[in-house]
Amino acid sequence: MSLWGPCLLWLAGALSACGQGAGSDPAGSRPVLHYFTWSDYVGPDIIQEFERRERVKVVIDTFSSNEELLAKLQSGATGYDVAVPSDFMVAIMIQQGLLSELDQQALPNASLLEPHLQALPFDPERRYSIPYLWGSVGIGYDSTVIPTPPDSWAILWDERYKGRISMLNDQREVFGAVLRSMGQSMNSTDPEVIEAAKERLLQQKPLVKTYTSDHYDQLLASGEVVLAHAWGGPVARAMAERPSIRYVVPKEGATLWADCLVVLRTAPQKQLAMRFINYLMEPQVAARTSERLRFASASRPARELVNATTRDNPAVYPPFDQLDRLEWMKDVGRGIRLYDRAWTELKMQ
Amino acid sequence: MPSHDLSSPPAPGQSICRSCWLAAPGLLWMGLFFLAPLALVFAISFASRGTYGGIVWEFTAANYLDLWHPLYGKILGQSLWYASLTTAICFVLGFPLAYMIARSPARWQPVLLLLVMLPFWTNFLVRTYAWMIVLRQDGLLNGLLLALGIVDAPLELLYTPTAVVIGLVYGYLPFMVLPLYVAVERLDPLLVEAAWDLYASRWAIFTRVVVPLTMPGIVGGCVLVFIPSIGSFITPDLLGGARSMMIGNLIQHEYLVVRDWPLGSAVSFVLMAIVMAAVALYYRHAARTAGPTEKR
Repeated sequence: MSLWGPCLLWLAGALSACGQGAGSDPAGSRPVLHYFTWSDYVGPDIIQEFERRERVKVVIDTFSSNEELLAKLQSGATGYDVAVPSDFMVAIMIQQGLLSELDQQALPNASLLEPHLQALPFDPERRYSIPYLWGSVGIGYDSTVIPTPPDSWAILWDERYKGRISMLNDQREVFGAVLRSMGQSMNSTDPEVIEAAKERLLQQKPLVKTYTSDHYDQLLASGEVVLAHAWGGPVARAMAERPSIRYVVPKEGATLWADCLVVLRTAPQKQLAMRFINYLMEPQVAARTSERLRFASASRPARELVNATTRDNPAVYPPFDQLDRLEWMKDVGRGIRLYDRAWTELKMQ
Repeated sequence: MPSHDLSSPPAPGQSICRSCWLAAPGLLWMGLFFLAPLALVFAISFASRGTYGGIVWEFTAANYLDLWHPLYGKILGQSLWYASLTTAICFVLGFPLAYMIARSPARWQPVLLLLVMLPFWTNFLVRTYAWMIVLRQDGLLNGLLLALGIVDAPLELLYTPTAVVIGLVYGYLPFMVLPLYVAVERLDPLLVEAAWDLYASRWAIFTRVVVPLTMPGIVGGCVLVFIPSIGSFITPDLLGGARSMMIGNLIQHEYLVVRDWPLGSAVSFVLMAIVMAAVALYYRHAARTAGPTEKR
């Protein structure tokens, strides 16, 4: 037979495999807002409501890590209006001049924030960023296998759970957990401290089933792992499927994080972007988002509106008395090389 | 076959120029979207990382010197091992398959080829996730083995090096089968028959007739499998549980996590150099062994 048949078939397959490009704007004459966010980080109904209300079109593009967001913007990607970087990345983006100052007049809803989120260290006057969703990092565990609630990171070094532990596939978070368990700051740039942390992680590695940041909620829910180093939200999602799952923030402390709404300096639709941020911070909208994603909303009135199962779940809303043991992750500048080398060594042992 | 047209000598002067014009869009494409980015990556590999992750344009060879650390040699060694193993398994699985397809009735061949290529119509990531469901502790494979009484306790399959190799072989097997199919399809069955008539053993027929005559397909298939598998990063992350790194993971990590583009670029170039050297060696060897038969 001729060679053209198979070649064409192959080509068709290859094309279908890469058919996931940015997509053009099916706008018509309506203004278009470009929202750059984490995948599955906003309900479609919430977007549709905004589109109807403002008679606009919202185009969503997603990133999978703060670094990817920065890399795209640094390499000159423009056209995005609103983005959702996390705390330490907001600091970098301010430094790099990537953000536009916010128009506080246009953001009445953004002033009703949880008390501890009103003046964040990386942007104390909220000139560039509005905290949107926040939470903690901790340990998700199965209470049928681990009946006494663990209170320390040390449980992740317990030989009895060998092969049933998952860790985040994120060098800063993994080192952060160990550094806190050693009584150090998770933002340490002391080579000796990081070296000691690496040694602790090397001891732990034989017990770790997998390093993953995306599907440990399924691993917890299916019983494949019984201990997971985790962001609270996915643990709350695992709870919905397997009620014996619990969440704890170890006594040595852990990460406090907040994803923030920002307007990019190159945003084509700055006014619309302000209205969009104000809309997302509307108490009703924020509460719906919080219930859907199982992350705490930064909006204070939203806390009163979310259902009790969401509000009283410590994996979603960290209790206020935990806040003093949580620490913001900061950019460590060139110190990242130390973490990077140690992380690579951990992976290659 | 249309390729015959190309082998006829072009009329002098004008028609060479015409073929230049026809090649221009392709050359332009390669220049703009392949050579230019490659040159950029090469340039970046001699720059250094800014404090916040940007690129500082000061010439330095530090990135390449950093790569002398034994750690990176280990990553490279591991990647070479995974890629070689994948290529070998793909060949062992792919050759009989390609042979069978090429020797089956002509009306069945398009269907069988379609079946080989069918997985390409779904995104690779989705298929890798499917493998996670198959290999999980309470997954399909363990369920089957337990039900058949072959094992008493579920096997530890997911998040092991075995899972990585399974994923790589699965992903790249079609790249092996297609060139082999083309090569076997061209192989004249009369030559095999002649070998039979001359009392060659099965093994001798395979090693001294079939393999030399299908060498271009074998080399093509091996190269097509080896190159993508040595640079893969999704499979070791998802099926290997990110417990170790292949060189693709290292590059992705440097670019997207550490934001150290210069070091990532240096790693990319070292990988490229090694792959090119391996392929060149391969082709030279193949040209030697397959040389005489090519000109039949």
